[in-house]
Amino acid sequence: MLAKRIIPCLDVTNGRVVKGVNFVELKDAGDPVEIARRYNEAGADELTFLDITASSDNRDLILHIIEAVASEVFIPLTVGGGVRAVGDVQRLLNAGADKVSINTSAVTNPQLVKDAADRYGSQCIVVAIDAKRAGDHWEIFTHGGRTATGLDAVEWAKKMESLGAGELLLTSMDRDGTKSGFDLELTRAISEAVDIPIIASGGVGTLQHLVDGVKEGRADAVLAASIFHFGEYGVDEAKRYMKQHGIEVRL
Amino acid sequence: MSVDIAVIDYGMGNLRSVSKAIEHVAPSASVAVTSDPAVIAAAGRVVFPGQGAAPDCMREIDARGLRQVIIDAARGKPFLGICMGMQVLFEHSEEGDTACLGILPGTVQRFPHEAMHDDAGNKLKVPHMGWNNVHQAMPHPLWTGIEEGARFYFVHSYFVQPTAPDVIAGFSHYPFPFTCAVASENIFAVQFHPEKSQNDGLTLLGNFVTWNPGERDTACDMSGAACA
Repeated sequence: MLAKRIIPCLDVTNGRVVKGVNFVELKDAGDPVEIARRYNEAGADELTFLDITASSDNRDLILHIIEAVASEVFIPLTVGGGVRAVGDVQRLLNAGADKVSINTSAVTNPQLVKDAADRYGSQCIVVAIDAKRAGDHWEIFTHGGRTATGLDAVEWAKKMESLGAGELLLTSMDRDGTKSGFDLELTRAISEAVDIPIIASGGVGTLQHLVDGVKEGRADAVLAASIFHFGEYGVDEAKRYMKQHGIEVRL
Repeated sequence: MSVDIAVIDYGMGNLRSVSKAIEHVAPSASVAVTSDPAVIAAAGRVVFPGQGAAPDCMREIDARGLRQVIIDAARGKPFLGICMGMQVLFEHSEEGDTACLGILPGTVQRFPHEAMHDDAGNKLKVPHMGWNNVHQAMPHPLWTGIEEGARFYFVHSYFVQPTAPDVIAGFSHYPFPFTCAVASENIFAVQFHPEKSQNDGLTLLGNFVTWNPGERDTACDMSGAACA
């Protein structure tokens, strides 16, 4: 039976892993290659690297990190952050990424999603969606959550699927960094609206939140950062907990 | 100079993961990622990966003049097909109604929308993406050291249906059983990605780089219990 995936996320800036609260207040969480190695040994099903480096001078650092990780960690690696053109997708894949996540540029240039999926296959194109509740629906934000778009999240998810996205990484802006759990209604609404897998993200504070994301949010994978980085829980511990609660996982 | 292992590059997806994993399990072997028919023809072993869509895949193979050298390699030396490199070994793919290489009898079909529910009625997503159990349908040197039911990483929307059941080396469930590994003489091909399947994937690749297909029957005769 197909296992639900646990994906630790490493936010990387200037070559270091950091973690913020609500996209601000960054704290240093360590060396990315070392952290990737540790998560791999603990049984992470995939790893996601989000490059939040602001300066373009340091953008190539992520390529070296991915090259180093891909040489010794043989599980799927997703990289996102600052992907603006098909050439950016190509550079990340060549460095050893298996999937590339597109966020802001999917909104400013949806054709990029189609072009990248046509060229490299849907299996390596993840569209990241940052959504915030707005009354009875959810709105898409870009630029790390700073820019409102007026786009409806569910409609946007369907559009990204139709353009060739192979997977959606869904982050609740309301919950990110709060440790109060995923936005389960949002996760479920999008998971039921599309046929492609959904990774739930934003708000994990306890292992029960991971269980809820799968059972109630109908997520195919769950992504978390801070609960793993600061040693509150191990990836292996999270998997055992999910299994105890009736969720199929890879142990 | 001929290489030990040729990874066939025909412009379908990124092959870096495949070549890195092979270099990891065979550090002393020479590994070439190549679209040169002469290099592939001279290589000791051939890995045939691939991602993307079947029509593009067949078009790129022909555009590079690789059809015959792939067929020859599949007939004559240890040959490992991965993902799309497994599917196009068969005769026909439903994806884009594509005629494939026809090295193995059978077809390639999409996970049918109406079947994609679990027992509880929950929708199952396509592509089939993630870690699933692989059940070994026959003893084979490439399964050495890998537990029955071990999980491997998959990402695909189509699966093979071999005409001859005796080539089925492994199967998985999503939600029905489907063939995820085939073996025929010197060919072994898998739908999952051993290069992304952590320790068990590396074990399988390690088995491939030391596999001598001609010796398979002898080895089984000598250690009957292990091969039964």
